[in-house]
Amino acid sequence: MRGAKSAKWVAIAAVVALGATACGGGSGDSGSDNGKGEVDPKGIFSVDVGEPQNPLQPANAKESNGSKVIRAIFSQLVDFDDKGKIIYENAESIKTEDNKVWTVTLRDGWKFHNGEPVTAKSYVDAWNWGANIKNNQTNSYWFSDIKGFEDVHPEKGEPKSDKMSGLKVIDDKTFTIELSSPIPYFEYKLGYDVWSPLPSGFFKDPEAYGEKPVGNGPYEFVKWEHKKQIEVKTYADYKGADKPKNGGVIFKNYTTVEAGYQDLLSNNLDIIRQIGPKDLPKRKTDLGDRAVDEPYNAVQSIVPAFYTKQWKDIDPKVLQGLSMAIDRETITKTVLNGTREPATSFVAKGVAGYQPGIAGDILTYNPDKAKQLIKEGGGVPGNKIFIQFNADGGHKEWVEAVCNSIRKATGVECAGDSKPDFQTDLDTRDAHKVKSMYRGGWVQDYPLNVNFMRDLYGSKAAGNTSGFADKEIDGLFKKGDNAKDLDSAIKAYQEAEKAMFEKMPAIPLWYYKANYGYSTNVKNVKFDNNGDPVLQDVEVLKK
Amino acid sequence: MGRYVARRLLQMIPVFIGTTLLIFLMMYALPGDPVRALYGEQSVDPSQIAAIKAEYGLDKPLWQQYVNYLAGLPQGDFGTQIASRRPVAEVISEAFPVTVRLTIIAFVFTVLVGVSLGILSGMRAGKKTDTGVLVLTLALISVPSFVLGFLFQWLFAMQLGWTTPTVQDSMNFSQLFLPAVVLASLSLAYVARLTRTSIAENLRADYMRTAVAKGLPRRRIISMHLMRNSMIPVVTFLGIDIGNLMTGAIVTEGIFNVQGIGNLVYQALSRREGATVVGIVTVMVLIYLFVNLIVDLLYAVLDPRIRYA
Repeated sequence: MRGAKSAKWVAIAAVVALGATACGGGSGDSGSDNGKGEVDPKGIFSVDVGEPQNPLQPANAKESNGSKVIRAIFSQLVDFDDKGKIIYENAESIKTEDNKVWTVTLRDGWKFHNGEPVTAKSYVDAWNWGANIKNNQTNSYWFSDIKGFEDVHPEKGEPKSDKMSGLKVIDDKTFTIELSSPIPYFEYKLGYDVWSPLPSGFFKDPEAYGEKPVGNGPYEFVKWEHKKQIEVKTYADYKGADKPKNGGVIFKNYTTVEAGYQDLLSNNLDIIRQIGPKDLPKRKTDLGDRAVDEPYNAVQSIVPAFYTKQWKDIDPKVLQGLSMAIDRETITKTVLNGTREPATSFVAKGVAGYQPGIAGDILTYNPDKAKQLIKEGGGVPGNKIFIQFNADGGHKEWVEAVCNSIRKATGVECAGDSKPDFQTDLDTRDAHKVKSMYRGGWVQDYPLNVNFMRDLYGSKAAGNTSGFADKEIDGLFKKGDNAKDLDSAIKAYQEAEKAMFEKMPAIPLWYYKANYGYSTNVKNVKFDNNGDPVLQDVEVLKK
Repeated sequence: MGRYVARRLLQMIPVFIGTTLLIFLMMYALPGDPVRALYGEQSVDPSQIAAIKAEYGLDKPLWQQYVNYLAGLPQGDFGTQIASRRPVAEVISEAFPVTVRLTIIAFVFTVLVGVSLGILSGMRAGKKTDTGVLVLTLALISVPSFVLGFLFQWLFAMQLGWTTPTVQDSMNFSQLFLPAVVLASLSLAYVARLTRTSIAENLRADYMRTAVAKGLPRRRIISMHLMRNSMIPVVTFLGIDIGNLMTGAIVTEGIFNVQGIGNLVYQALSRREGATVVGIVTVMVLIYLFVNLIVDLLYAVLDPRIRYA
């Protein structure tokens, strides 16, 4: 009898405990005092970031945590505005006659944080070092357009040289880059962190410099307490246009986004880059205007594995039909909580060469036409599709929603094919063992339409894991690569995009949004095209 | 006794080799490749991947990799992390003090509160105190630790403002108190239940009646006769529990942002950093073996009838 009685008590206790946690959501203050208070130009603020996986060497920062820090410490030759237009940063000018030989002139007076001047040699040496296969930099292939890359980065065996023949120092402020074949949009690639200059001390002890990087950027490295935080302070002698309006940044390490969010609520953290799924529904009540969703240049698609029997010789009409069977509008609003924005093209919105309306009605929900197109194309082989995703990335919900939408609209059976984690998912894709279709994501390397097309769907592109190969598309890409200047290259690729909607190498779903939040200590928080906070513009309020 | 200890220590060697080999094989069997993982969803560079693999000896056959790994261990070389290029020993030695601190607080809390509650309710079996403790422990057992974690966070940090919601400095004892209590709560409940049952049972034992009849003071009866005999199952549980407290804290560590072993092993696993996972598990296995040896020796102290030859 006593057991039964206490069971009742336990039930009551549990209900009380659960109720208490559920109430937690409503109690936050919706801070509307944003914008008041004076700005402290020396104020320091904190941003959440995970522990960088790699040493802080510019050519090694492949994963996002490390590259956040690298971007604060290093400035590149060029930078981009919101529309994907090039702004010269450390470069005074970058000129070319034939798209093959590029002459870079550096701006006067730039210095590394240790006082060493930034010269043409700082760039050339850094690139030669980064490209060398022996130095094991994960981003080394970024230099592959430069003439002589095979000598420092052979496919097999020892490098023949430690210098790429395409790089020549003319004088302290000038150097030339010769490419192995002309690329009209090469300038765009130069905005990526891998092209940072390095001070001469780096090459003597790259490991030590990976722990304590010395750069030429707006912020100077202070210290890295592993698994706790990385501190940078404003570099007083910074010559760039984007001078920081604050005194420095602390990159705070969080093991989970939920922990970061709790710290944000209590003002122990100033900017959280991405609010976790658990807290997304209540972010507006907790933070008010301080919870912001901002689209950035990244797109999510479902990609048919063209090496499978199912999709090998498919009529693209079937894929167009499947695309029209997905109710993007509703899914992004409900299941995804407004964290994504329906895609309107293969290319993200903030890149140069984005064309509104290029998709026609292919990315618009239209069940009748979807059914008709699939029928015209001969139907889906097997009348069943699978969408492969990784279960550790929060994709399950939307995959199910997409499947429901397809099933309802067209009667084609659809199911998720869950892989336990991202590594297993990637492994299956690399081994060409995807059953039917898979989830694909792409964040820009540089804000140009080329990056969303050639690097993913070119038949020989390293990012092409679906086995898509189409002579016509390859030909159109080639035309763009042979264009006489940047503008005509962009135009040629715009043509190619039109053709891509007839071939459907993938079904674009939506663009990513950064769902960030900030504390009451800071104002003027904005996010850039990469989905990262613009650190320099953040203003810290006096306490 | 000495011979017994020596034998137990020698037994650790095969156990140690067996576990490292098992984990090694398991990591190898998992799909995914730690070097390929560096590239994520972006374009991959096969020649660079091959070069990195060659540097870490990952291109060698599995048995050779294992032999190389074992050969490095006596010199304290646990291998190198592929992504960060830092020695695994260094990475572990950063996280370990945090975990040890968290475990110590949680363990002390478990023993002090758990055993006291157990004695209290055991001595008053069937009375109101007993029922109260029963309800409390059942609630602790049935509420998942993340619910308790978020509840504490909300109550103590958001509502009362006594502390920050997460741990700002993972090496600070006072800041680790809240996560340690959450971590300890489940074990605490078990310890309380075990102690209670044991005490309630032994209260009715013959030697207790003898002790009372001899006219011994009550305090002495409880501490020397009752406690010593009742502690054997509790000590067994506590021995196993130390291992759980050290490695099983992933959820709690995540909620309170504690940079300990649990999280390290989880991240290493998701990146397929074999050397890190094997290194941590090896250390944990050793700790586990030692604690269990100590528990076995404690039996003899608690119950003189148990002897080790």
